[in-house]
Amino acid sequence: MRLRAEGLRCEGLGPIDLAVEAGDCLCLSGPSGAGKTRLLRMLADLDPHQGSCYLDGVASARIPPPQWRKQVALLPAESRWWGVSVADHFPTDCLLELSSIDLPDKAWQWHVDRLSSGERQRLALLRVLANQPKVLLLYEPTANLDTRNAERIEALIADYQCNHQAAVIWVSHDAAQIARVSQRQLRIEQGRLLTTSEAAA
Amino acid sequence: MTHLSAFDLAIAALLVILLAILSARVQRDLAVQILIAALRTTVQLLLVGLVLKTLFTHVHWGWVGLMATFMLLVAGREVTARQARGLTRGWGIAVGTLSMFLSSFAVTLFALIAIIGTDPWYAPQYAIPLLGMLLGNTMSGVAISMDRLTQQAYQQRAEIEARLMLGQSSREALRDYKRDAVRAGLIPIINAMAAAGVVSLPGMMTGQILAGAEPVEAVKYQILIMFLIAVGTGLGTLAAVGIASRRLFDERQRLRLDRLQSARS
Repeated sequence: MRLRAEGLRCEGLGPIDLAVEAGDCLCLSGPSGAGKTRLLRMLADLDPHQGSCYLDGVASARIPPPQWRKQVALLPAESRWWGVSVADHFPTDCLLELSSIDLPDKAWQWHVDRLSSGERQRLALLRVLANQPKVLLLYEPTANLDTRNAERIEALIADYQCNHQAAVIWVSHDAAQIARVSQRQLRIEQGRLLTTSEAAA
Repeated sequence: MTHLSAFDLAIAALLVILLAILSARVQRDLAVQILIAALRTTVQLLLVGLVLKTLFTHVHWGWVGLMATFMLLVAGREVTARQARGLTRGWGIAVGTLSMFLSSFAVTLFALIAIIGTDPWYAPQYAIPLLGMLLGNTMSGVAISMDRLTQQAYQQRAEIEARLMLGQSSREALRDYKRDAVRAGLIPIINAMAAAGVVSLPGMMTGQILAGAEPVEAVKYQILIMFLIAVGTGLGTLAAVGIASRRLFDERQRLRLDRLQSARS
């Protein structure tokens, strides 16, 4: 099992047990305030919590936090940019191509202030993939994108998921998208996890 | 030196009251704050005058130590008194007091023993005013830098966490804000050193000259004091920012803003 969580709990949320296989995608939905964001934050070890998480069977406590967060990568709803240029936010040895998100090569030198919200969103995903994570925690990665860009992003994630055998937890409200990308769906309501359907094999 | 009478001081006090009345038009709170601060100055300085008089006649390291500790504790409290978002559970006072102890006490001791060479080394005529000047300045540096650090951590939390999510260590994620906080703490003393003698005549030197000292001698002492203050403020600020930024994260390098007090206006 690539990612496994046992008895994950914080105030008003959980306990949650959850597991995702390598190469699988689990979709998570639920009303706002139900705990989707907090669950992803606990999995990325950004908030204090009880219970444990395992990556390929290794407990998070045995992995230094920066390594854990590189491998269990969270893409938040809103991306933040602290440097001047796009390239400032990527590892210097980044092998990824900007063409994969439909941007020209010279965009590495673009100022982040100049980016449109769609460009920011696509770059935020690429920035996460640059760390070669084993688990992707995605919070509505296509929320503000037009159909064409949303399709590109879905394809990019699917490619990555397949090529790197990554486990994906995908928060989405779009039923069509959920059906397209995921093998399993779960709902969170009032801090509890409910299974809505098993894989439609 | 021309002696000041109580009447002379009363005239100056009248000016402060005038200022309070004027500022009451802008904000009522401000007038109250000015008056309370002025009252505190009067009472505290009169008291310290008496204490120093006693201390000078009964020279004993124990009394000097007691006085020094008292000054340190008050400074520690003052550091946290005006923080918008200080550290909770006594950490603010602890960090402030510890960093001032490390810097001001060490620098004062060093100056007394290695530079001025007073006899005995704890001679209160030197030790207490020196420590007072160092504490007073270090206090500003520590207070400003801690305030800046905690404010920045709160306001830029999304950015700091974005860095953590991408696998930066807590140290990397906070680096820019630490640098900024240290610089903010050191700007006052750098300004004071740069402007000394040109824009402003430093208080200690002015006092010595008013008391009839030879200006060049007074200047030499002032230079020494400026250097000591710069070193003390620098060390104190670095220590405070260093310890406080560790406290902002836990053992799993999570940003712990729950360790900050909620906003105070």
